[in-house]
Amino acid sequence: MKKTLLFAIAALLSISVFSQRYFTRSGEIVFYSSTPVEDIEAINKTVASVFDAKSGKIEFAVTLKSFVFEKALMQEHFNENYVESDTYPKATLKGDIQNISELNFAKDGNYPVKIAGKLTMHGVTKDVAADGNFAVKGNTVLGTAKFMINPEDYNIKIPSVVRNKIAEEIEVTVTMNYELMKK
Amino acid sequence: MRILFLFFSVFQFTVHISAQEMDMLSELEEDSNKVEFVTASYKTNRIINSVSLENTPSGVFDLKISHHFGPLGDGFETFFGLDNAATRLGADYGINDWLQIGLGRTTFQKTWDSYFKVKLIRQKTGAVKQPLAVQWFSSMAIDATPDDGSNQYEYFTSRMSFVHQLILGSKISEALTFQIMPSLVHRNLVETKEERNDVFALGFGGRAKLTNRLAFTAEYYYVFPDQLADRYTNSISFGVDIETGGHVFQLFVTNSVGIIEQHVITQTPGQNGDFDMRIGFNISRVFTVRKPKEFR
Repeated sequence: MKKTLLFAIAALLSISVFSQRYFTRSGEIVFYSSTPVEDIEAINKTVASVFDAKSGKIEFAVTLKSFVFEKALMQEHFNENYVESDTYPKATLKGDIQNISELNFAKDGNYPVKIAGKLTMHGVTKDVAADGNFAVKGNTVLGTAKFMINPEDYNIKIPSVVRNKIAEEIEVTVTMNYELMKK
Repeated sequence: MRILFLFFSVFQFTVHISAQEMDMLSELEEDSNKVEFVTASYKTNRIINSVSLENTPSGVFDLKISHHFGPLGDGFETFFGLDNAATRLGADYGINDWLQIGLGRTTFQKTWDSYFKVKLIRQKTGAVKQPLAVQWFSSMAIDATPDDGSNQYEYFTSRMSFVHQLILGSKISEALTFQIMPSLVHRNLVETKEERNDVFALGFGGRAKLTNRLAFTAEYYYVFPDQLADRYTNSISFGVDIETGGHVFQLFVTNSVGIIEQHVITQTPGQNGDFDMRIGFNISRVFTVRKPKEFR
């Protein structure tokens, strides 16, 4: 009987290990579009993200209305004319940290990561891949990554009159302040 | 013993699988206290002549150029009214998220005007649902016509007029916004005995978005009877908002000669339902004076 109990405890313990997850609700995404005419930058500091340290699954959810622009009019145009945030309020990314087995969350340090997944925005889903870095420190992980996206891929049409003000490729910089999820 | 062990491993395995398939983010519950303010109810802070539910954003300066041309019915002789125009040069500024101030100068009666508009209750969605927006608008205008010796302007205060408006409105859907505006115009001096110093009116206005960059707009002021001289009538206007990159261009037809509320509500020419429509336009150009805190 004692042994049974022990097994039961061991089993329950292993379950809790399986769901070793890190999360944030205040991750930051900055996008930057640069053309000779105009540089456009927007900051979002309310990005939610979770990753599973065991399986390597990673997810992001970005509320598009939370992007702040230097010019209020740009922000309005972004929401009203480009990403249509009333119809498509969120962008999500679901993917994998492909080299999760190389990461040791018990040991502080910098670990390069390769992330690949599906980015859904403006009703369109596309494959994306990015190289990043996970800086592990105690129970926190600072995740950073940078990648390029092309608005046209997401069916975001840019009229010819402003074509020279918005870059073909937009740089996305991701900074996530993960902490260990307490169950 | 072995069976029990097997049972637990299977149990553990299934838990693992179901956790994998589940959307991890859904576990990260959305902040249930989050309140979202409704934005972009209009393209700019005017419907046509009236103020809209939209404020000039905080830290933004909006330069407004407005024209009302002569009567369309004058035909080719005045090139459909384009020979004559009343113009207003205006400047609006958003002090914060809920307070907007402005200044303007209209050629009609050489009038200077200043105003403020306060968002008393904002339309919200999310944890707190507030479908109705409530705003207050007050303006003061000064008629700067040179004194012709008729004693009309014996006192400086005789040049002054005031408007107070309660604005009740809602962005009903992504495309549709509607508002009503109970209004009071007070004029310190009126032209004739039959006119009231205090004029009560009810304004209606709205917009329907046709595409992301094009919207149809309309507004109407009903002035309650027996307050104005017979030569004045209710103001009616229809237009389109065209958004081009940095500008909002509003092209419309209206029967009002003046551009500010005082003139629109109490001095729209017309008798017995007979009035002239005029072409008009507003151009809005915004400049960011104070950047959002993320960019300072």
